[in-house]
Amino acid sequence: MAGKIVKVSGPLVVAEGLSDANMADVVRLGDQKLIGEILNMTGDSASIQVYEETSGLGPGAEVTTTGVPLSVELGPGLLDNIYDGIQRPLREMYKIAGDTIKRGISVPSLDRTKKWDFTPTVRTGARVESGTIIGTVPETSAVLHKIMVPNGISGTVTDIKSGEFTVEETICTVRTDDGQEKEIQMLQRWPVRVGRPYSKKFAPDTPLCSGQRVIDTMFPIAKGGTAAVPGPFGSGKTMVQHALAKWSDVDVVVYIGCGERGNEMTDVLMEFPELQDPRTGEPLMKRTILIANTSDMPVAAREASIYTGITIAEYFRDMGYDVTVIADSTSRWAEALREMSGRLEEMPGEEGYPAYLASRLAQFYERAGCIECLGGDGRRGSLTAIGAVSPPGGDISEPVSQATMRIVKVFWGLDSALAYARHFPAINWLNSYSLYMDTLKPWYDQHFGKEYMINRDKAMSILQAEAELQEIVKLVGQDSISPEDRLTLETAKMIREDFLQQNAFFDIDNYSSYDRQAKMLRLIIKYDEKCREAIKNNAEITALFEIPARVKIGRAKSVPVETYPTEYAQIEEEMDKEIKDLYGGELL
Amino acid sequence: MIKEYRTIKEINGPLMMIQDVEGVTYDELAELELPNGEIRHCKVLEVSGNTAVVQLFENSAGINLAQSKVRFLGHPMELAVSGDMLGRVFNGMGEPIDGGPAILAEKRLDINGLPMNPAARDYPNEFIQTGISAIDGLNTLVRGQKLPIFSCSGLPHANLAAQIARQAKVLGDEEANFAVVFAAIGITFEESEFFVNEFRRTGAIDRTVLFTNLANNPAVERISTPRMALTAAEYLAFEKDMHVLVILTDITNYAEALREVSAARKEVPGRRGYPGYLYTDLAQMYERAGRRKGKKGSITMIPILTMPEDDKTHPIPDLTGYITEGQIILSRDLYRKGVNPPIDVLPSLSRLKDKGIGEGKTREDHSGTLNQLFAAYSTGKDAKELATILGESALSPTDLLYAKFADEFEKRYVSQGPEENRSIIETLDIGWDLLSILPETELKRIKPEHIEKYLPKKED
Repeated sequence: MAGKIVKVSGPLVVAEGLSDANMADVVRLGDQKLIGEILNMTGDSASIQVYEETSGLGPGAEVTTTGVPLSVELGPGLLDNIYDGIQRPLREMYKIAGDTIKRGISVPSLDRTKKWDFTPTVRTGARVESGTIIGTVPETSAVLHKIMVPNGISGTVTDIKSGEFTVEETICTVRTDDGQEKEIQMLQRWPVRVGRPYSKKFAPDTPLCSGQRVIDTMFPIAKGGTAAVPGPFGSGKTMVQHALAKWSDVDVVVYIGCGERGNEMTDVLMEFPELQDPRTGEPLMKRTILIANTSDMPVAAREASIYTGITIAEYFRDMGYDVTVIADSTSRWAEALREMSGRLEEMPGEEGYPAYLASRLAQFYERAGCIECLGGDGRRGSLTAIGAVSPPGGDISEPVSQATMRIVKVFWGLDSALAYARHFPAINWLNSYSLYMDTLKPWYDQHFGKEYMINRDKAMSILQAEAELQEIVKLVGQDSISPEDRLTLETAKMIREDFLQQNAFFDIDNYSSYDRQAKMLRLIIKYDEKCREAIKNNAEITALFEIPARVKIGRAKSVPVETYPTEYAQIEEEMDKEIKDLYGGELL
Repeated sequence: MIKEYRTIKEINGPLMMIQDVEGVTYDELAELELPNGEIRHCKVLEVSGNTAVVQLFENSAGINLAQSKVRFLGHPMELAVSGDMLGRVFNGMGEPIDGGPAILAEKRLDINGLPMNPAARDYPNEFIQTGISAIDGLNTLVRGQKLPIFSCSGLPHANLAAQIARQAKVLGDEEANFAVVFAAIGITFEESEFFVNEFRRTGAIDRTVLFTNLANNPAVERISTPRMALTAAEYLAFEKDMHVLVILTDITNYAEALREVSAARKEVPGRRGYPGYLYTDLAQMYERAGRRKGKKGSITMIPILTMPEDDKTHPIPDLTGYITEGQIILSRDLYRKGVNPPIDVLPSLSRLKDKGIGEGKTREDHSGTLNQLFAAYSTGKDAKELATILGESALSPTDLLYAKFADEFEKRYVSQGPEENRSIIETLDIGWDLLSILPETELKRIKPEHIEKYLPKKED
């Protein structure tokens, strides 16, 4: 039975005669079969948010329900793809409809004709349950796609195939305990607003290596953790997010461009196939999925894009992979929520945002974590969620930033003053934090020795001391402070310029391994320690600042990856000698 | 058959409510015929049952509720486009106002456009030489970019935009088929006339399409003006293979018109009374800039906006900055100092610069010197600030050099005449000249081999 539209106001449509529809069902509207989702129902009338432009829609047009909530298709073919907010493949749409996104186009999310090479991992007669891996498909050169028994099915395998199949062909038959024969295909569906089940959740204990020194050394994030990157425009949010998408040591990256620039998505589409994963040597695009709802696309689909992205990420997590989902920007998502809420004439909370903003944000971030997957083999997966926040005017006292900060464990605060000075990544070391520091410390100590984290803490306290000293210098000038304090300022400058700053466009510097980070920091901390000793022995401070080894520390970033261990050791030796010469000479 | 309605129930500012309508759809265009035969335009904002709320594009004065007739046209607002538009002047509704004949439409296009598929975009990476050092050297513009000018009342943003329009060229592509689309949104006659004269003087007028909605034209017409201009630009770029430079001035007036309509609709306001959908609305305009795969043409956009109270965090510049690929910010302080164009380079930014510079595009040393100049100027400004509090004697010798660098940088690099057209090589060389003020050890961001090759050798 079809309903009829009674009201159209932008992306919000009210329809009557939908008594057979359920809350949150996906509906089709008008002759063009536009896609919408039911937001609330009164009697047989429903408020619907429409994921496409509603221009040309009017009262009297037909509305039919599909009877299912907004879902994504899961299976081989997701990787190396770009989707819109409701998982329509944008490359396919480009082939069908040209340069622009026209309305009412219906394209399946996963290619129905492509044959995948399925290798079974269970035999006939095997006992399987929800989440058991029954076979694998080499989806891309970087990721082995594992086919799992869909949720709600358990029993005995009565037939399993091997060979080339499309996502819709049956690859396995399971006889359930109550005697039913269930056919399993590679294609599965999952409603986006419901988190996928797992058997257990753990506290994260392994750091995510991003190759970014300010993140890995100073404010690390754990695999399965949550982080927010707030900052005003021009402070390099997208650069940080791109760096994380490129260099994180995870198996799959889901990048959600939510209400952001079209060219940024194009940039990823063009750059990632060219870039190599430093660990596997495969193109980065082979492990990446893009969800793009650019700022000119319909606003309702923006609200859905976040959920589409995280559901796909959960699917790969359930295979036992480490997955990162990066959302740029959650503020645009919140604004979409606000726009729909306004049109529904709901009572607004702070700054017009709906009262449920904080709980929706919390629900999103809570889908991150380290888990033991279903299927009984004890495999573990993790889902790390990193969201950008775009506070108006860069002022983080606004509701989205505040609600986010209450949830996430890592806060990388971007600073426009640093960006103006072209200090990138412009993560402010004074107001950023990572609550994973304590849980991750044992990992660092175990893998790189205790010195790394000791040096890290020293560097942090030097930076803190610098901030205080700067206040004094502003009042009395640099000459009036003690040589020790001048050294602190100098070391802090080295930490900032020679360690924290990292050039994303310079191919030696764009990725630093842990070992390199530890050794680089060691050079600076050693310089500080040796100079302090020298000052005690009355060495001339300006001479200490001018030793040749210091210039070499400044250029340590551009030492090639192959030779850095020996070169850094050499710099340390030279530095040692040059400093000793300075006060040794005077003592004689 | 098109029905006529005489059922206007209410007019309130730019909004009008019409009852007992049938078959009306959202976003549809309608014509309003006054008793004297005058035609005005409006579009459907909301339709609920048999009541339609429409927004007038023109003034509501003189409308008689009982005797005026409304006809719904069954399609959204459209613009008649053709190659003959070049050299013509239109009003904010797309009607010719230069006394010339009507445009013989090759096509009629929906002025709202359609969102561009990110998979169909081609990344902008062709360097545009504007001849202005602060832009070419530090905030490089590329073909297909949207780079706004954030200005303040009383600053020469119009001159800067005109200078860019006049001097912009892509190196090695001198023959390119270029056009300018200019939309005057609520600006004064004098300001608009400045641009027209400027285009006339340089001979660009024959390749220019002008859309003018002046300060005394109805404010609501401003909502359609930039969309008309962008529709024309899309047509010229993607169907006529032209490289189009779109200048939109002033976006602040546009946002205010949007606020007026929103207030009349009694919507829940966002920051400073602007509607919550201001971001989406602006994005739908700005995102129309760009390049498309397989198309020769491109749209490069320079929106100009005046920041209310010189405040960059005001919603209009703030939301614009989140959408556009960078921004050029003008500073009142620099203007007072006599620096012209008064571009405040530190907060200015071109996000696409890294794809448009370097070997084969500008010069191999561009990226390194750019970062070094920014960092040095920032340090120099800090040093100068310190010197004003404590006196110059409090500065270390290096900081003194930085302070000197900052002064020279403003004077020689940023400042240039409105007629001076510097090549990128000249710009880069001035940069090196300035960097030679600093000790070589400070030049950490430049590759040593570039220092060796380009740094002017000191005489001593």
